[in-house]
Amino acid sequence: MRGPSPRHVAEMVRKERRQLLRDPRTRLIMFVAPVLQLLMFGYAVNTDIRDTATFVVDHDASASSRRLVEAFTTTGRFEVVGRSSRSADIPSALDRGSAVVAIEIPAGFAADLAASRPARVQIIVDGTHSNTATVALGYATRVVQAFGREQGRAGGDARVALRGIDLRSRAWFNPGLESRVYNVPAVIGIVVLLMCLLLTALAVAREREIGTLEQLMVTPLTPAELMLGKTIPVAIVGMIDLVLVTAVAVLWFDVPLRGSVLALLVAALIYILAGLSLGLLISTVSRSQQEAFMTMFLFILPAVILGGFLFPVETMPAPFRWLSVLDPVRHFLHVVRAIFLKGEGIAGLWPQYVGLLAMAICALAFSVLRFRKTVV
Amino acid sequence: MTFGRTLAIARKEALQLRRDPRSLTLGFLIPPFLIVFFGYAITFDVDDIRLAVWDADRTQASARLVDAFVASGYFRVVDRLERYPDATEALQSGDALAVLAIPRGYARDLAAGPSPVQLLVDGSDANTATIAIEYAQGIASAHSRRVTLAERDARPTLVPDSRAWYNPSLDSRNMVVPGLVAVIISILAALLTALTIAREWDRGTMEQLVSTPVTRLEIVAGKLAPYLAIGLFDVLLAVGIGTLLFDVPFRGSLLLLLAMTSVFLLAALGFGMFLSAALKSQVLATQFAIVATYLPALLLSGFIFAIANMPRVLQLATYLFPARYYVTVTKAIFLKGVGIEVLWPQALLLSALASLAIAATVAVFRKEVA
Repeated sequence: MRGPSPRHVAEMVRKERRQLLRDPRTRLIMFVAPVLQLLMFGYAVNTDIRDTATFVVDHDASASSRRLVEAFTTTGRFEVVGRSSRSADIPSALDRGSAVVAIEIPAGFAADLAASRPARVQIIVDGTHSNTATVALGYATRVVQAFGREQGRAGGDARVALRGIDLRSRAWFNPGLESRVYNVPAVIGIVVLLMCLLLTALAVAREREIGTLEQLMVTPLTPAELMLGKTIPVAIVGMIDLVLVTAVAVLWFDVPLRGSVLALLVAALIYILAGLSLGLLISTVSRSQQEAFMTMFLFILPAVILGGFLFPVETMPAPFRWLSVLDPVRHFLHVVRAIFLKGEGIAGLWPQYVGLLAMAICALAFSVLRFRKTVV
Repeated sequence: MTFGRTLAIARKEALQLRRDPRSLTLGFLIPPFLIVFFGYAITFDVDDIRLAVWDADRTQASARLVDAFVASGYFRVVDRLERYPDATEALQSGDALAVLAIPRGYARDLAAGPSPVQLLVDGSDANTATIAIEYAQGIASAHSRRVTLAERDARPTLVPDSRAWYNPSLDSRNMVVPGLVAVIISILAALLTALTIAREWDRGTMEQLVSTPVTRLEIVAGKLAPYLAIGLFDVLLAVGIGTLLFDVPFRGSLLLLLAMTSVFLLAALGFGMFLSAALKSQVLATQFAIVATYLPALLLSGFIFAIANMPRVLQLATYLFPARYYVTVTKAIFLKGVGIEVLWPQALLLSALASLAIAATVAVFRKEVA
């Protein structure tokens, strides 16, 4: 067994490069789709709660009740999309989804406040989106409490109103608490992985299905040379994509890139190698293109979800957290987010780098072995 | 278009599917497997926030405040900091997600006026950070009520009475399972059909098919039928798993769900078939299908990210993706229990998309055959 010869690999790379670049539609998938995806999804990945559609039922119709509604809208979190004087309109607004929050102010609200009797306000949220509901409920509760304190102060109860704890929160690394700056770097990771898998998962399966695999096998190329030849061009495409989408993230979406670009590029290179090695592995174990695709689908959805893209890894039950250690997406997302937002370097992130590298090597070695077995 | 010939094409397609048992198994089993998997894995509930405490006051009052945080069940104290600057290290390393900083004089100030307490949170994940701040605010205000009430009977003048409809416990699983059904089925649907027509071209069997008396519409309809059956089966299975295994309420009508699913499947399957007919290559068709369905179904459907939050142009773009309607439909039927009187716009637009996809497939098909 000899090592891969550079000349053989170069020939194989040339063949693959030609095949990749030949079809303009493939070029579209390779270079336009990632940028387009980041532009679209960069806007979509937003969990900030602003202008929540709010339905108001005001039975009191007094100056006080109007001021309370105003207190809601001036926060910028709530936007009144409908008003009515009948309670029965609330279920229909929430059912249709035209409002997510409903505020109901009972009759006698102003009178109760004036007499310093406990007044009640009902707040109803659509719980079908539990996250938004939790946060919206929190905001609404605080608006009502602040309003109550103000009323109490106006009524001469100042001493009590001013007492207690004054909790001041400050968010580090992302003072405006914009979800976008956290999610856009993650979209970079997902889009690039998708590209690597799309370009490799079918690579071997297709050659097998259309019969060109036999032709490749009668050449003096070894399995390792074949795999390297298939890997290198896709890795280059992946790196170009990464630079493109990172530029979109930084220049278009103003996501701060606080860490070093070099650390990001090194991480990306290892991650891309891991991604396309996994793609090749899928390709070598599948007998048809359809099978390769199904297997890829079965891999990528869990990989993205367990990687902590949509929700933090820490909230997962323990077995899934352990499983996610095998997920390259998890490690890469950790790295990009830390580099982008916290300005971390390789020194603080080496476990993730090592983990990704180990995955890349294992997957590539395994697909070479597996490929040899199927060839013989 | 005759029923008999359509049926014959459907039989042929089903036979072909049966011969490829691995793909067939994957088509049937991927959705239930993923739903079980994610049903357990995905929880958006933030309830174990790692908290580091810097208590410079070291009084009973400050200890009681920390206790209030722990007793809420949302926070877990992972570290006690000696010095205030240690907060930076705790957040930077990710050991703590939030730092509660209680300055010296907290107890004294509490008796006199507002007593400042600081909560530093790692804002990188804005969503988790926002929820953590919400919890902390709630705990702090409840605690201050307790502290001030202990001395004087001052009832708060205004009491918010809040409740969450459709999902009173705000359990994220109730939102995840119906949404997931929609996301998984919409990706799978396009993938299933993306290969069917392209495969016939790749293998050269298309000429044989074209030389028979079947019409283009019959080919398209016949090829859709078996996949429609797989999709409906998967949705039924998903409803069973969701309600029995995960206790997600199913408040609406199953019949309506199946009817809406059929229209949705026609749109999603039709789109995959259109790609297949237009691109005539299995590789390209699947690549386009993945790019056009996978992330859009996850991110533009309203499954996790609210469509109302997106810029206007992107909101309009979401109308092109069948997943968008189907996520609304599953959540509405599972959780809200509403009927066609609310869901008719979704039904109408999905039908339009389905007709468009099938018409486009037939049109593209003719050009290629002729």
